[in-house]
Amino acid sequence: MVINSRFFNRSELLGFLALAVLLLVILPLSLDIFRLNLVAKYLTYAFVGIGLVLCWGYGGILSLGQGVFFGLGGYCMAMYLKLEASSVANTKIQSTPGIPDFMDWNQITQLPLFWKPFHSFPVTVLAILLVPAFFALIIGAAMFKRRVGGVYFAIITQAIAAILTILIVGQQGYTGGINGITDLRTLHGWDIRTDHAKFILYFVEVVLLFGCIVAAQFIRLTKLGRILVAMREQEDRVRFSGYSVANFKIFAFCAAAVFAAIGGAMFTLEVGFMSPSFVGIVPSIEMVIYTAVGGRMSIFGAVWGALLVNFAKTSLSESFPQLWLFGLGALFIAVVLAFPNGLSGIWADHIQPRIDRLFASRKSKSAAGLVADGAPAE
Amino acid sequence: MSDETKPGLKSPLRRKLLMGMAALPAVSMLGRPAFADVPATSAVNTTGLAVTDSEVTVGILHSVTGTMAISETGSVEAEKLAIEQINAAGGVLGRKIKFIQEDGASDWPTFAEKAKKLLVNDKCAAVMGCWTSASRKAVLPVFEQYNGMLYYPTFYEGLEQSKNVIYTGQEATQQIIAGLDWVNKTKGAKSFYLLGSDYIWPRTSNKIARKHIENHLQGCKVVGEEYFPLGSTQFNSVINKIKLTKPDVIYAIIVGGSNVAFYKQLKAAGIDLSKQTLLTISVTEDEIDGIGGENIAGAYACMKYFQSLDNQNNKAFVPAFKKMWGEKTVIGDVTQAAYLGPWLWKLTVEKAGSFDIDKIAAASPGVEFKGAPEGYVRIHENHHLWSKTRVGRAKADGQYELIYETADLVEPDPFPKGYQ
Repeated sequence: MVINSRFFNRSELLGFLALAVLLLVILPLSLDIFRLNLVAKYLTYAFVGIGLVLCWGYGGILSLGQGVFFGLGGYCMAMYLKLEASSVANTKIQSTPGIPDFMDWNQITQLPLFWKPFHSFPVTVLAILLVPAFFALIIGAAMFKRRVGGVYFAIITQAIAAILTILIVGQQGYTGGINGITDLRTLHGWDIRTDHAKFILYFVEVVLLFGCIVAAQFIRLTKLGRILVAMREQEDRVRFSGYSVANFKIFAFCAAAVFAAIGGAMFTLEVGFMSPSFVGIVPSIEMVIYTAVGGRMSIFGAVWGALLVNFAKTSLSESFPQLWLFGLGALFIAVVLAFPNGLSGIWADHIQPRIDRLFASRKSKSAAGLVADGAPAE
Repeated sequence: MSDETKPGLKSPLRRKLLMGMAALPAVSMLGRPAFADVPATSAVNTTGLAVTDSEVTVGILHSVTGTMAISETGSVEAEKLAIEQINAAGGVLGRKIKFIQEDGASDWPTFAEKAKKLLVNDKCAAVMGCWTSASRKAVLPVFEQYNGMLYYPTFYEGLEQSKNVIYTGQEATQQIIAGLDWVNKTKGAKSFYLLGSDYIWPRTSNKIARKHIENHLQGCKVVGEEYFPLGSTQFNSVINKIKLTKPDVIYAIIVGGSNVAFYKQLKAAGIDLSKQTLLTISVTEDEIDGIGGENIAGAYACMKYFQSLDNQNNKAFVPAFKKMWGEKTVIGDVTQAAYLGPWLWKLTVEKAGSFDIDKIAAASPGVEFKGAPEGYVRIHENHHLWSKTRVGRAKADGQYELIYETADLVEPDPFPKGYQ
C-alpha cells in the first residue's frame, strides 16, 4: 500500500526520468533541427496516445475517431495562424484583401462569423481546449447515456470521423477543403518557420507532454481511475454499486479528446499546416495503432509507441519508397500477434523482472545481515 | 501495375543504350552543350547544394503508395527517363544527375516532411514532384523557406506564382479558354452543363469556364453546374438532369476513379458521345486506361499533349518511354509535363552557368526547350510555360486523335483579370 499511494512507483519514476532525459537532453543535443522537428511531429501523436490509454486502456472505451479531436484542436490553431497570415498587406493581390486566400478563391467576400473569434489568441487557446471537449461531451452523452458501448461505439466514432472529413472537404470556402489551411507563418508576430522557433516549440511541446502525462497519471491514481478500471472489467457491478457509469465514461472520453486536441494544436505549430487528412478514419486508426504498439495500459508506452512507430515510418519510407508500407504492416502484425500488450508489455514481462532480480539480489547480498524490513519482494 | 508490363526493367544495360540513342534527336536539336570543360564546383555552387565535381543531386517527390500512386507513377517514370537521357547526353554542366526518390504516400503532411528532408538533409539542387494541388500547397512554404526549386508537372487551377516553383503543366486558362472557343465555333455550341469533382481545381476551372461562356461567347449560357465528392460513383441523378436540359456541351472535370463510374453510367443511360458533345479537361490517356476506350470513345479532351501527337520529338519520346517502362504503358498530358521538368532545369542551369537557386529562378524566364514532346515550350516571366492548347477526340483504342490546336503558343495567366 505504501508504494501504491506514491504518485509514481519506482519503475514509473524510472520511466518518467528516462523519457525526460531522452526528450530534453539526448535528442536535442544529438539531432539536427530537421530531425528534431520530426520528433516534435511524432510527439504530437503521443498526446493522442495518452488520451487513448485513459479512455481505451483504462476505461475500455475504444474510440476510432480520435482524429476528430486532433483535427479540431489543429484547425482551431490553424484558423488563428491563418488569420494572422492573411493581413491586408499580405493579401493585396486578392479580390477581397484581408481574408484567407482559399476564401477568396471560393468567391467569399466576407470573413464568416465563426472565424471571427479566432482573431484573438486567448480565445483560440480556450477554443482548442473547449471545442473538442464540448464535442466529445455531446457524442459521449448521446452514446453512453443510451448505453451504447463496445464495438458500436467504435463504429460510431469512425462514422463521425468520416462525416467531419466530408464536411471539411465539402465546405472548402470556409475550411480550405482538401488542401487544408496552409501557409501559416507567425504566432502573435513570432515567425514559427525559423529553426530557432522550431527549437523553442519543441521544448514547449515536451513540457506540455509531461504536463499531460502527470495529469493522466493523476486521473489514474484517484478513485476515478479505479472506477474506470472497474467499469472496464464489470460495468454492471459498478452501476449496481450506485455509480453513474455514463458520466465516468463521458469524462474519460472528454479527457482523451482534450489531450488529442492539444496534440493537434501543437501539430499545426510544428508542421505549419492542417488538413482533413488528419481527421479521417485512417489517421484515427493509425493513432490507435501507435497506442497498441506502445501498450494500451501504459502512459509511457503510448509515448514510446508514437515515437517508435513514426520513426520507423520515416526511416522505412526513406530507404524503401516503394515497399515501406509492407514493412510497416508486417511490424504491426508481429507486435499484435506476439505481444498483445505492446512494447510496455514486453518491458513488463521480460525486462522489468530481470532488473528487479538484479536489484533484489544486490539488496539481499548487502542486507544479508539485517532482518528483512517487510519490503515486498515483488 | 504488374511486373510483366515492364519488361524493360529487366535489362538495364540495354535500356541505357536505347535511352542514349533515343536521346540523340533531342540532343542534336539542342546543339552541343555550351560548356566543353567542366566549370569548378565552387563557381557554380555558392550556396552549399549537393553538387560535386562529377555529380549533382536532385529529388523526385511523388506518391508511389496510396490513392494517388496510380496517377503519379507516370510522372516518376517520365522524370527518371529524362534524367537518364540527360546523363547519357553528358549531364548538367558536366555533372551526372543523381536522384533521391521520396514517397509522398498520397498524404500532404508527408509531402511537406519529405520536401524538407530533400532540401535540408540532402541539399537537392532541384526537386521534381507533387501532383495534387493539396500536396503542392503543403510543400510550397517549405520550398520558399529553404529556397529550393520545384518543377511541378500537373495542370492546375492557377492563382499561384512562386519564385521557387516552375509550373510545367497548364494553369487553368490555358486549358479552358481555347477549348471553349473551339467548341463554340466548330460545333455551334450555345448551352453548357458544367460538372466537376468537389475541390479547388474543378471549382476554379468551372468558374473561369462560366465567366468565359457568359461574358465572352456570344449568346451562350450555362444551364447547370454540379459537384461531386472525390471518389463519388453515383451520377444517375445528374445524368437524368442532363437528359432533361439537353445541353449542347457537357463540360466535365471529374477526376480519378469517379471517371470510370461517370462514363459507364453515361453510356448505360443511352447518351451517345458520338452525338452528344462532351468536353473534358481531366481525362488523359492514363484515365482512359481505367475507363475503357469503348466507354469514352467520341468524347473531346482539351490538353496540351496527346500520346498520338505527330512530331519528331514525340516520335522519339514515345518509343523511348515504352522501352524503359514497358510496351503497354500510356503517356498522358501530365506525364509529358513531368518529362519537361529535368530538361528545363538542365537548360536553365546551363543558361545561368550556376546551380544556385536564385540564379536559376532569375534565369528561368525565356528558357526554351525545343525537344519537348509537345513541340516547343518556353518559360514565361511568371514561371509557367507558354504552350499550345490542343483538342483531341477519344478513340476506342484509348488514344486521342488530334482535332485542333491553337496556331500560337498560349500565354500563361495564373491570375486572369475578369475571370476571378
